[in-house]
Amino acid sequence: MLGSGIIKGLAVTAKNFVGSYHDPARMVTEQYPEERPKLPEAYRNFPFLVTENATDPMGTLRCVACQICEKECPPQCIYIEKSKDKKPDATGKPQLYPAVFAIDTSVCMSCQICVEVCPFDAIKMDQVFEVAATNRFTGLLLNREQLAKPNSYFHQIHPTDAHEVDTRLAAERKAAEEKAKAAAAAKAAAAAAKPATPAPATATPAAPKPAAQPPTPPTA
Amino acid sequence: MSAADLSPFNSPFAAGTAGPSVRAVKDPFHGDLLEVSMGPQHPSTHGVFRMVVTLDGEIIVKLKPVFGYLHRNHEKIAENTSYLGSMPYTDRLDYLCSMTTNWAYALAVEKLAGQAVPDRAQYLRIIMAELTRLVNHSCLVGFLFNDLGTSFTPLLYAFREREKILDLFESLTGSRMMCNYQRFGGCRVDPTPEWLAAASRLVDNFPRFLDEYETMLTGNEIMLARTQGVGVLDAAKAVNAGITGPCLRASGYNYDVRKVDGYGFYPRFDFRVPLGAHGDTYDRYMMRVLEMRESVKILQQAFRDLPAGPIMDPKSKLRGFRPKAGEAYGRTESPKGELGFFLVSDGSPNPYRYRVRPPTLINLTLLEDMCLGHTIADSVVILGSIDIVLGEVDR
Amino acid sequence: MESLEQIRDRLLARFPGASVTLVINPGAAAEHSLLLGAAHAVEMARFLRDDPALQLDYCSNATGLDWPDKEIVETKKLSVADPAGGPAKIVEEKTKRFEPGYLEAVYHLYSMALRHGPVIIRLRTGNRTDQVTLPSFTPIWRSCDFQEREIFDLFGIVFAGHPDLRRILMWDEFKDHPMRKDYVDPDDYEWEPTPHDRVLERAKAHYPVPPPAPAAPVSPTPEAKP
Ligand code: SF4
Ligand code: SF4
Repeated sequence: MLGSGIIKGLAVTAKNFVGSYHDPARMVTEQYPEERPKLPEAYRNFPFLVTENATDPMGTLRCVACQICEKECPPQCIYIEKSKDKKPDATGKPQLYPAVFAIDTSVCMSCQICVEVCPFDAIKMDQVFEVAATNRFTGLLLNREQLAKPNSYFHQIHPTDAHEVDTRLAAERKAAEEKAKAAAAAKAAAAAAKPATPAPATATPAAPKPAAQPPTPPTA
Repeated sequence: MSAADLSPFNSPFAAGTAGPSVRAVKDPFHGDLLEVSMGPQHPSTHGVFRMVVTLDGEIIVKLKPVFGYLHRNHEKIAENTSYLGSMPYTDRLDYLCSMTTNWAYALAVEKLAGQAVPDRAQYLRIIMAELTRLVNHSCLVGFLFNDLGTSFTPLLYAFREREKILDLFESLTGSRMMCNYQRFGGCRVDPTPEWLAAASRLVDNFPRFLDEYETMLTGNEIMLARTQGVGVLDAAKAVNAGITGPCLRASGYNYDVRKVDGYGFYPRFDFRVPLGAHGDTYDRYMMRVLEMRESVKILQQAFRDLPAGPIMDPKSKLRGFRPKAGEAYGRTESPKGELGFFLVSDGSPNPYRYRVRPPTLINLTLLEDMCLGHTIADSVVILGSIDIVLGEVDR
Repeated sequence: MESLEQIRDRLLARFPGASVTLVINPGAAAEHSLLLGAAHAVEMARFLRDDPALQLDYCSNATGLDWPDKEIVETKKLSVADPAGGPAKIVEEKTKRFEPGYLEAVYHLYSMALRHGPVIIRLRTGNRTDQVTLPSFTPIWRSCDFQEREIFDLFGIVFAGHPDLRRILMWDEFKDHPMRKDYVDPDDYEWEPTPHDRVLERAKAHYPVPPPAPAAPVSPTPEAKP
């Protein structure tokens, strides 16, 4: 019968219409912003820099300014300047740090390549998505003070990843310490075998040099 | 401008190949021809596509597509970026199907570098590609009905299903549409068992949506009247014009790169290639629905057989990737047609030449022939049934 | 399918006086190709399409390649006997060889009827400036229509016999061919907060006093504060 197809179709829409009042499978609209979206753990938007603790973010940046991410970033939106001096990192080893680290988030496409190539787990993906600025040029240019977020925040947004990274880093640090200890022991043994020669200076682990000058804390 | 200048026979191809759809204007009651520029800002051209249509009353006598409004020279950008750096850009070619575009690019690079891909990654690629096909085709049927004038109800039903798949993509790769998932020699993240279970549940429920959708629309008399016999595409002409994908198969020509090349692990899967008979808009619509049903079958087999194991080839490396000098052409069956990447390497970290073979641009070759003789309202439906995405047409 | 050597031999036998060369691809894909002389290219292409054993009825991909002029410096080491009777001296002799560049059009052909392929054919122009005309394959495979227009637009190869050779992606008034390796993009440069390499050079030209020190001095705006 002509028109039966249309009537069948209308029956489907009627079913969906009624269903949209009680059936969760048909109630798909989320009342944003009153209702906050539940983001999956893997959700990524814009990178941030991991710091070891929240009280001194600039002193404990994990980034060592190796500039790998700057080179690999496809739209070239990272800008890094290396520091002139060195600061001890979490293990006490003196390392360079980024004097300038800026990401132009108006260009960044959240592709995660910087995160994948960073050998130091220093840069990770954030989950911010309500980003707006009134200044066209500098409003979305984030500097290192704005990018730095503590490791606890990382744990909060990507618990699985953060746990894996922490375990791995702890294991690496432990292995490095043991190696250093073994090396020191071997040196000490060598020194003991030749008591006449003065022990080389490196045998005693030098106390970490005081950091040249901690960078100024974030203003404003 | 005289009417003679605008006769359909000025169309470069119409002259020799005046098919049944080419309509000569000989009628004395016809007045002046009217040239209408449809697009680039037109809601029914699926983006910034523009056609310059010459009309005799409401009938199209000439149609010239105009491209380039979304051109960003993707190929040049890729030649100035490392091989890995182009991967996220391929997401943005066909932004409805980032997973298949990623795969096509990864396939070409793997061919160029002679890289192997572990079994689990091959299965995951097929899972992602077929989920993407579901996303793309459900979008397409929704938009097709939008073009037919059923404002939004079918589209939103389709989007409801699509959104479920995009949520899966988001929970796996971190982004709904810009997945950036494939890597040379494997995939980026391994799905958890919970993810696989959720995906498998979704796929099992998908035919229910298709049934509902078909009850609602396939038998609808208005839809039949508007699509049957509209925009008929002849198979021989389509082959010569390089039309691929569902558009070609709707004309009854059996050519599916998944079957012909058997790339990935497709030969291990049992699925059929749906074929149309008339090559009209209705067949092109049905082709999408039937392909979704076949994709569901492929997905069910993939979830059943998914092996355990690594997802990355241990020899592949992220940084400092320099394939040997040479060239390679890798092609895949993307939901829109044959998507190929042609790469030339000179041994440096950036490709010397990087070329995308965009299925949608080439599928538009015959748009004029399909539209001649139809009304301007039909041209919207015909364009909708070809399924274009301007990110890929203009690159 | 026949091997490329067989196809070449058959083409040479069929079209005496035509030039067909096998181009070896050294890469892992080992997709070799046939370089056709432009003079007989259209007839040869029609033969490839219509030959019952080949039936390459589908031209999947047509694209351009730019090979700029190269100056190759060859260093030869010659030992010159010392006239004073001392040990022979090694003298390096440098010869400069100029290798003219060319543009290339590459076509990937498949057979949909017989389901084989690809057969890759290439055409080369005489140089990159004034001898850039190649015969168009659009009358043979209509799928080349938009693709040859694109090659014309982006590489500047002129396809003789193309029915509608206009720019396709760039606008009609555009002058240059952007995919060529020596293309210089226009200096319409806007402020770039994170400049690198070439862009940095340009930034300096645009902002002579002083180049904007990126990032650090920027005071965080309230909106962007995390
Ligand atoms: S996410 Fe991608 S675009 Fe953004 S800074 Fe990292 S590498 Fe660059
Ligand atoms: S974020 Fe990582 S890759 Fe980038 S400079 Fe710092 S340590 Fe290097």
